[in-house]
Amino acid sequence: MACESWKAKLDTYLDGELPEQEMRTFDAHVRGCQSCSADALTRVQMKRVIQVAGKRFVPTIDFRRRIEQSVTPKPRRSFRLGWILAAATAVILVVGTLTSTCLGSWSGKGQASRDHVYSEIADLHVATMASSSPVDVMSTDRHTVKPWFQGKIPFAFNLPDLQNSEFSLLGGRMTYLDQTPGAHLIYDVRKHHISVFVFQERSVSLSLKLPASLDDTSLSPKQLPFNMETWSQGGLRYFVIGDASAADIDSLAKLFKAAS
Amino acid sequence: MGTGSQLAAELFEQFAIPHFDRLYNFACWLTHDRQEAEDLVQETYAKALKGFSSFLPGTNFRAWIYKILRNTFLTSRTGLKATATVPLDLEGEEETLPSVKKTPESILLQRSDGQFVQQALEQLPVAYREVLLLCEVEEMSYQEISATLAIPMGTVMSRLSRAREALRNGLRPQFQKGCIQR
Repeated sequence: MACESWKAKLDTYLDGELPEQEMRTFDAHVRGCQSCSADALTRVQMKRVIQVAGKRFVPTIDFRRRIEQSVTPKPRRSFRLGWILAAATAVILVVGTLTSTCLGSWSGKGQASRDHVYSEIADLHVATMASSSPVDVMSTDRHTVKPWFQGKIPFAFNLPDLQNSEFSLLGGRMTYLDQTPGAHLIYDVRKHHISVFVFQERSVSLSLKLPASLDDTSLSPKQLPFNMETWSQGGLRYFVIGDASAADIDSLAKLFKAAS
Repeated sequence: MGTGSQLAAELFEQFAIPHFDRLYNFACWLTHDRQEAEDLVQETYAKALKGFSSFLPGTNFRAWIYKILRNTFLTSRTGLKATATVPLDLEGEEETLPSVKKTPESILLQRSDGQFVQQALEQLPVAYREVLLLCEVEEMSYQEISATLAIPMGTVMSRLSRAREALRNGLRPQFQKGCIQR
């Protein structure tokens, strides 16, 4: 084929628009033909110069903003949807406030899971306090309450001796945290009720994706009348929560820690 | 705005905004006026958003929105004026022109700061300018250019060839000047 025939297709070749087979043939020819390779070089350089020269105009920031605003969807909520969103926001605020006060000192990985756990614990405590029958086993005797849980939960735990303390045991009940069975004990101190929850650490960690080493934590919410303390001991996770003072919560927690 | 419209608007935003800078550049080359280019781009986005339901998912969005911009330009006063000066022999000649002979072009192109090329591009008829910009600056395939300009592939190839030749002719005085200076 004469060079003129090749050159007639040179631009198409350089644009990468020839069929694959023809591209390969062309490659071989250009490599061996001085005239075509020189012509190809000039045309490639021309392409590059046009490419650079062609990118010449840049929009102003103001114009960009105008265009972006003109295409950004503007949500128009229906009346009903507005109410649903308002209600959802209110729920989120209430739960969020409770959660954030309980977990104000915590941050980082696992925060969402912890928020969820403490929100659940607070809900369980409040719901039980509001119930007409807050306990399933009503007894001030730990030797009555503890055996009641046998066969009902997949673990055993010790209850503290309350002699020489201001605390009194009111009773206990079965509870569940995210489908994980546990024990719920209720204590009284100067007319304040305190809930103690006991779960298997492994079950709680797995089902709620809590970090394996959740440190002992004392929480002192400022906006809600709850104090909470939690720790892990002997493979069990304890939560102590109530409207009693932080000192009372801590004292009860220490009694449990000593008994375990 | 319903959920469907909301989603369509969000989808449009995702599709359209990435092309903004290049559309504006292309509009400037077409209009030779920044204010007119802004109006053109604004109108293009408004039309594209309004007609987004007619865009077929899976087809080429870039070609679609460039086509809107170009059609909007062609129906504008500047566009009508520009196309009125298009050479009559522009279409219908599918054969490619003979290639250029070996010249010192490559050396001069290497030294070029782009200013001469910009001037030569500005002097090109709009039909040559747009096809060249779509090919070289936008790096569109012949098929995309064909869809954007609504012309057959063969016409894309012949028009590109003529546009390149016209650009080389436009640059020739610079090349000759460069040769004399050397």
